[in-house]
Amino acid sequence: MPLILSAFASGLLFGLGLIVSQMVNPAKVLGFLDIFGNWDPSLALVMGGAVVVSALGYWVAKRRGVPVLAPRLEIPTRRDLDPRLIGGAALFGIGWGLVGLCPGPALVGLTFGPSQVFAFVAAMIVGMAVFRLVPADWPQVTFRREATRVDG
Amino acid sequence: MDNFTPVSALLGGLMIGASAALFLVLNGRIAGISGILGGLLHPTRSEVGWRLAFLAGLFVAPLVYVAFGGVLPPVELDASLPLLIMAGLIVGFGTRLGAGCTSGHGVCGIGRGSPRSLVATGVFMATAVATVFVTRHLLGM
Repeated sequence: MPLILSAFASGLLFGLGLIVSQMVNPAKVLGFLDIFGNWDPSLALVMGGAVVVSALGYWVAKRRGVPVLAPRLEIPTRRDLDPRLIGGAALFGIGWGLVGLCPGPALVGLTFGPSQVFAFVAAMIVGMAVFRLVPADWPQVTFRREATRVDG
Repeated sequence: MDNFTPVSALLGGLMIGASAALFLVLNGRIAGISGILGGLLHPTRSEVGWRLAFLAGLFVAPLVYVAFGGVLPPVELDASLPLLIMAGLIVGFGTRLGAGCTSGHGVCGIGRGSPRSLVATGVFMATAVATVFVTRHLLGM
């Protein structure tokens, strides 16, 4: 139960941060991405502020070693760059740039934004479901050497 | 730059960072929205609860904000329905393929100095800026 409550509190604080910073407004986000137009640097400050505090949290979590409420830290350990990471990030940026919505603000905007937000979120969930159909080894990198199979 | 809102941007950013810090220190998890949502599509019993709770927090945030006397910012969307759907599909698929979005890679990943997240953030920022340049300045959308 504490795990659920802290998740709720984290989500709430995250949502409030998106509202206070106005990042729930796609026009505000597009204003940042439009560096060749009437540029609005606000998003850079949102990111900067968030990164500093999140780095502090990472430092505390690492020092403690174990989380307060869970048995262990679930932090990604991969450090390699692969086509999935690059391709996925490139696609995400295109979708983000098309309308100015990314997952967080889209979900927060569901409860008070215009009904178009619903269409975006529904399509986003469908997109996530479609990803489930993608084989784990796609896309293949042709120059990668075949790993020696170890059976048993 | 007449639309620049530095104070509210920094304040909101600090709150988002505090949320990510809290979630990592208490729950030991990365506050990546696309991952939290996407994980519900192949749920494991022990994870459904906190995932839904985090999303519930996002949903009620506007109500809490208003209850404390806040005035919600506008949500200005002038994209057509087909464009919204196409963007949603690409964002959903892309964030899962690339294992993160603005929160997971941008806020949390950079915060812990992950090279994958640094590169991912650079890539999605670049393609997003390029997309806006093409739609706004070349196509005049």
